[in-house]
Amino acid sequence: MFLWLKISMMKPAGPLGAAAPGGMLPQGPSPPGPHQFGQSGAHAQGHPPQRFTGPPPVNSAAPVNSAAPSYAPYSPSAQSSYPSPASTSSVTQLGNQFNAMHINSYGSGMAAPVQGPPGPPSAPSFQGPSRPPQPSIMQPGSQVLPPPPTALNGPGASPLPPSTHRQDGLPGPQYQPPPLPGQTLGPGYSPQQANYGLQMAGGQLAYPGGFPGGPAQMAGPPQLQKKLDPDSIPSPIQVIENDRATRGGQIYATNTRGQVPPLVTTDCVIQDQGNASPRYIRCTTYCFPCTSDMAKQAQIPLAAIIKPFATIPSNETPLYLVNHGENGPVRCNRCKAYMCPFMQFIEGGRRYQCGFCNCVNDVPPFYFQHLDHIGRRLDHYEKPELSLGSYEYVATLDYCRKNKPPNPPAFIFMIDVSYSNIKNGLVKLICEELKTVLEKLPKEEQEETSAIRVGFITYNKVLHFFNVKSNLAQPQMMVVTDVGEVFVPLLDGFLVNYQESQSVIHNLLDQIPEMFADSNENETVFAPVIQAGMEALKAADCAGKLFIFHSSLPTAEAPGKLRNRDDKKLINTDKEKILFQPQTNVYDSLAKDCVAHGCCVTLFLFPSQYVDVASLGLVPQLTGGTLYKYNNFQMHMDSQQFLNDLRNDIEKKIGFDAIMRVRTSTGFRATDFFGGIFMNNTTDVEMAAIDCDKAVTVEFKHDDKLGEDSGALIQCAVLYTTIGGQRRLRIHNLSLNCSSQLADLYKSCETDALINFFAKSAFKAVLHQPLKVIREILVNQTAHMLACYRKNCASPSAASQLILPDSMKVLPVYMNCLLKNCVLLSRPEISTDERAYQRQLVMTMGVADSQLFFYPQLLPIHTLDVKSTTLPAAIRCSESRLSEEGIFLLANGLNMFLWLGVSSPPELVQGIFNVPSFAHVNTDMTLLPEVGNPYSQTLRMIMSIIQQKRPYSMKLTIVKQREQPEMVFRQFLVEDKGLYGGSSYVDFLCCVHKEICQLLN
Amino acid sequence: MTTYLEFIQQNEERDGVRFSWNVWPSSRLEATRMVVPVAALFTPLKERPDLPPIQYEPVLCSRTTCRAVLNPLCQVDYRAKLWACNFCYQRNQFPPTYAGISELNQPAELLPQFSSIEYVVLRGPQMPLIFLYVVDTCMEDEDLQALKESMQMSLSLLPPTALVGLITFGRMVQVHELGCEGISKSYVFRGTKDLSAKQLQEMLGLSKVPVTQATRGPQVQQPPPSNRFLQPVQKIDMNLTDLLGELQRDPWPVPQGKRPLRSSGVALSIAVGLLECTFPNTGARIMMFIGGPATQGPGMVVGDELKTPIRSWHDIEKDNAKYVKKGTKHFEALANRAATTGHVIDIYACALDQTGLLEMKCCPNLTGGYMVMGDSFNTSLFKQTFQRVFTKDMHGQFKMGFGGTLEIKTSREIKISGAIGPCVSLNSKGPCVSENEIGTGGTCQWKICGLSPTTTLAIYFEVVNQHNAPIPQGGRGAIQFVTQYQHSSGQRRIRVTTIARNWADAQTQIQNIAASFDQEAAAILMARLAIYRAETEEGPDVLRWLDRQLIRLPVLLDSSSILADRILLMDTFFQILIYHGETIAQWRKSGYQDMPEYENFRHLLQAPVDDAQEILHSRFPMPRYIDTEHGGSQARFLLSKVNPSQTHNNMYAWGQESGAPILTDDVSLQVFMDHLKKLAVSSAA
Repeated sequence: MFLWLKISMMKPAGPLGAAAPGGMLPQGPSPPGPHQFGQSGAHAQGHPPQRFTGPPPVNSAAPVNSAAPSYAPYSPSAQSSYPSPASTSSVTQLGNQFNAMHINSYGSGMAAPVQGPPGPPSAPSFQGPSRPPQPSIMQPGSQVLPPPPTALNGPGASPLPPSTHRQDGLPGPQYQPPPLPGQTLGPGYSPQQANYGLQMAGGQLAYPGGFPGGPAQMAGPPQLQKKLDPDSIPSPIQVIENDRATRGGQIYATNTRGQVPPLVTTDCVIQDQGNASPRYIRCTTYCFPCTSDMAKQAQIPLAAIIKPFATIPSNETPLYLVNHGENGPVRCNRCKAYMCPFMQFIEGGRRYQCGFCNCVNDVPPFYFQHLDHIGRRLDHYEKPELSLGSYEYVATLDYCRKNKPPNPPAFIFMIDVSYSNIKNGLVKLICEELKTVLEKLPKEEQEETSAIRVGFITYNKVLHFFNVKSNLAQPQMMVVTDVGEVFVPLLDGFLVNYQESQSVIHNLLDQIPEMFADSNENETVFAPVIQAGMEALKAADCAGKLFIFHSSLPTAEAPGKLRNRDDKKLINTDKEKILFQPQTNVYDSLAKDCVAHGCCVTLFLFPSQYVDVASLGLVPQLTGGTLYKYNNFQMHMDSQQFLNDLRNDIEKKIGFDAIMRVRTSTGFRATDFFGGIFMNNTTDVEMAAIDCDKAVTVEFKHDDKLGEDSGALIQCAVLYTTIGGQRRLRIHNLSLNCSSQLADLYKSCETDALINFFAKSAFKAVLHQPLKVIREILVNQTAHMLACYRKNCASPSAASQLILPDSMKVLPVYMNCLLKNCVLLSRPEISTDERAYQRQLVMTMGVADSQLFFYPQLLPIHTLDVKSTTLPAAIRCSESRLSEEGIFLLANGLNMFLWLGVSSPPELVQGIFNVPSFAHVNTDMTLLPEVGNPYSQTLRMIMSIIQQKRPYSMKLTIVKQREQPEMVFRQFLVEDKGLYGGSSYVDFLCCVHKEICQLLN
Repeated sequence: MTTYLEFIQQNEERDGVRFSWNVWPSSRLEATRMVVPVAALFTPLKERPDLPPIQYEPVLCSRTTCRAVLNPLCQVDYRAKLWACNFCYQRNQFPPTYAGISELNQPAELLPQFSSIEYVVLRGPQMPLIFLYVVDTCMEDEDLQALKESMQMSLSLLPPTALVGLITFGRMVQVHELGCEGISKSYVFRGTKDLSAKQLQEMLGLSKVPVTQATRGPQVQQPPPSNRFLQPVQKIDMNLTDLLGELQRDPWPVPQGKRPLRSSGVALSIAVGLLECTFPNTGARIMMFIGGPATQGPGMVVGDELKTPIRSWHDIEKDNAKYVKKGTKHFEALANRAATTGHVIDIYACALDQTGLLEMKCCPNLTGGYMVMGDSFNTSLFKQTFQRVFTKDMHGQFKMGFGGTLEIKTSREIKISGAIGPCVSLNSKGPCVSENEIGTGGTCQWKICGLSPTTTLAIYFEVVNQHNAPIPQGGRGAIQFVTQYQHSSGQRRIRVTTIARNWADAQTQIQNIAASFDQEAAAILMARLAIYRAETEEGPDVLRWLDRQLIRLPVLLDSSSILADRILLMDTFFQILIYHGETIAQWRKSGYQDMPEYENFRHLLQAPVDDAQEILHSRFPMPRYIDTEHGGSQARFLLSKVNPSQTHNNMYAWGQESGAPILTDDVSLQVFMDHLKKLAVSSAA
């Protein structure tokens, strides 16, 4: 074991917290506690019981009969007319509408039609053309400044609410109306929140506890009810655009504790000035509540999404490498935290106080330095570990297995050569591709060639190892038929340097497709394949990665043999969770072995029917690998997508044999971890490998009170082996604020991170709890968070008003997207494998990926400015935003659709497809033709920009309006009612609103 | 009238048979009194270049319990076309093909000079010979290189249709697929896990060659059956040459203080299993080459820790060798499986230390294979011995027979007690099987998987005639040996030897019986019995028989013979040694033999060399040839064998003109004989 581990165990262990077993919620509709999933129900006890039993509150039923017609329709073109961040954004208009409704709902007539001018009394203040863009958000430090009079709760803005009121800590039914904010608001001063008067006449909600029926107060028959105008509810696009407008393209310096970073969708240059870049760590909130009572009251998850190996753009500084030689990193004697900017040097520099555990340590002699007049070391700016949020240490032998420097890692390629893979040409494709892609094995920047060694295995129901030693005239194949107890038949010549053995390897790759050309073996094994790769790495005494190319359910007699157990009858029952669990525990113990030996497994799946992704995908997930899935793989349609993924995966930055530890300052600690990880105890996050796209979501809980002065400090240390075989420590430090004001907490929230956390915790809970319960929890917690805000932070208003905190304005729409994801949607139409796949996918996602995944990007292409290099402004994912005359591009990180309206402009069709008309467009293509036309060039450039930052290659589907494939496309229009159920955004908002009202009453 | 010596010699040359007694005592009582039983040394495939095989099948006695073969001793009624079986006295009709038979027109099997006759069975497919090489790769590069060369050499000697296979082993066992283009393939097995034939069949994806079907119906000339692992030499010659060329030492690292992990037990098991499930009852030879003891898995002889030495005789005696019994059991099971399917196992062990032949010896023993032990594969001793395995006869056929069964039929007065030799019982009970077992008994049929022209079985008989039932004057006892085997040409052949000996009443004709005693045959028969008992029972005195052998040697093999002016030639079967006395050696060093005036000396030096060459030419295994002189290091081989008439204990009692003293505590023959005489006299008294 590592010294590192031993020492880290010495930290006094608190209660097991989230890891405690038996975390099932009690049956029935009990509402969630702040940590709902897999938690004991203790927190939930004090909360109100089922809320949707009674009739809806009178106010909330207020219909807005004719809200929509009176406003200018919110068309995409209207949006694009506000491109400049300085100009009045559409936010204001939106605000107008909200306000209008607000006013309307204040009105006595519940059924009163909304008429008249869009400008309510407060309207002028919204229309100030030169309103400074959200100045408050740029405030450094935690100092509370009064908001500017014109501040409004426009999207993306987070005006500071009054901070003087004291939170009432009592949760649940004993809620008292919160004390009103102490100060008075000027007449023109709008509330800090978006207030939405909502009608509750939405359609039947698919969610548990949904709309219970037509309220008695309804003015008319339901079918006459007009829908709420979608433009009147918060738009994610507006939030994104607004943040982009105010913070895009700027330098974001991380020198301030608790500052909320720009959104993941905003491009800016990040400058490390003492806190880790948001590319590495993002938090659900940048201001932690001081007490656990307060945290329970708000029910806002306290979590960080850590992507320790995130790719850094070339215009930002790469991590510095600190080398203390044999001394190794300087660490706190008590909590073993690494030297970082949070260490306070005292006594003239002879000692330092640990920012995490407050222990006073002697400065090691080699590290001594005098302090300057403000108590800072003279070498403060010379040492990355004193002045930066992120840096790396060279690890000493104490941090290595067996106290020996590690060998460089190895890649093993394992190809399923059963009949179907040979028949469809996949094996040949893989072998051909490997010849070129192996030239690009990742290497250390200073090295000329990659240190990574490669090995090859093919298999069907037996395994074939290959000896490709450089001095052989031809490769040697060694067949291992004993799949029950698989072993590595050779040592020398299996893992080789690609450059040295190139000719033998090429010889082999040429032969493999032919060697099995006559094979009619249909059966495959799977667990023995992983076992073989792991044993090979073990025998070679190195960490590494297995690339497995597999296509069928492993039915051959061997450990890990699977049967088809896809049972749609389980859907919507308490046993539905079984479908997400592995079929046998073989894979679990195999994963454990793999992690113990630093063996990462990446799986490329090519299923043509059910292959039990829940079982096959387990090892890739727990070993930090990636699962790629290509349904019904067809050479001409899918090879490009697959090859891009393969290339990208081989070349990507990766660390091996990693162990991560998240340390916190006193008062709170990390309790739960989600991601491609394996944990043998409650603190050490083990990862066979971690690459630049994998994120670990960490949940924190209070141990004690947090002080507003000291804040909350987080240090994430990852010990790993580089691709060159060097042992290193990567340290990320982040400081957050603490506050006893709920308003501060709400102000600093980050919805994208929240959704990432909610998705992961829900998808993890899927394994143990009925989906119905999980969906309820999500809805309830959403409502609870918002109700708490409404109750404690918002200015008083009618109960019928929906008031959203600025930072959570888009939480409902995103939450609805999460709820509509096929994992949580219990519908037999959706393939079980697809659900298991998406579940697994999300578990390792970073914030940017989960944001795009749950709320796809939809770009109008027909309005393209071919002279500009910027992306066109996105539009909301709703069918109403499409137009027959338009062409739209949709991307969610996995798929890309090019939707063609029936009346698409012919010149555009010609430009993009090089065919005369819509009717001529061939949808049977996954790559756009390379037409020498500005439309084509720009579109392809846009697509490549969208693709660039994404870990998965997106498959392009051309969709024509009113043709059958459009159904697939529509599933991604996430604001609409789902094809397989799942409510529309509007309906969900109503539902949440009703929940809130219920809570407030 | 010829002498018995001539008679014995003549019989041996014609029939390959030598009896301990050539006149048999006519009653059970007398026979048991004679100490040395009536027994025969039978060489089934005695080389008979003068005996052309007959292209038809033998005529059998129609009695189902007899089925003896028509032979010159049968009485024939030419007119009635009938013959009487000389074993059961059944009268049999000749088959229609013998219609033209008459006194003047006799088939060969009725002629007295064809007391041994060989028939060719024309039914059934001709099966190719199969050679499966099982090669240890845990050896020094030099040894492995030499071994590879020897194997290459042997390939060139194989008939083009012969099937060959290759299994290599070290830490793992590799079964090589032959005839692969562009890539070499092998199936790899753990060296620690034994597999049944069925498991192996599944793992290798093999199907059985349908032998039984092929025997029926019209014979279509099909290509000989083969599979991926056993292919005709002509097809994969180049491929196998390349494969052997690339064969490397076992690549797994051997840590300091450890023996290499050698999986001999599993390797042989896989070889046996491979043949078992592909070519049962077809002539096949497993040739196993080992460079050390098995150190892991079933059949292991010693652990891989160098600090624990390999078991010594001492350990075995004290029951202190923990692997011996288990290992022996493993190899015995394999030997029996191979014997059942008619496959031969040869073991060629070359190492300076022990290789565990004790545990493995049953494999060659029960299957009629060779067991050859040497110091290194890189010695001419091994190379030439191995080459001799592939000796061919004048027709260019290997001197090998495969899958033989020997059946013995006897007259009523005599029954079969058993056989000692490279055979296993086929458990065929019959009227001629005695209840008193000697060696492998209780049967009248044995399987001899591997036969060479010198393969000789000792067969023990029991006279069952009661004392009160005298045999009519001139009555003769008859024995018929029927040997069916696969000739190296692929033909099935049946060799029938029928012999008869006179009965004599021991009370009245004791001189006749005594005169018919074949001392050499008896010595060997008794020696085999002694060894058999030594192995199966507890500690009998085997040494006694060996000593008797020594008495018969030409120069008195005594240390007193080792004198300065002598040249000695010693033949101990495994070693041929020429010893030059001190004076002779000095002369030779001075080059006297090259001077014309000392031509006599040159002849003197040359004579023993010529003699030795003659022996070296024919013997298998090739003996160690040693040419040494007084004081030479190799002279130890001589000194270790001679009778220690002079030891350090008594050397000063002898005069100056004494031979070389031998440092031993063994008694000299002189002392032994004196002692024996004393005992003989005292017990007689």
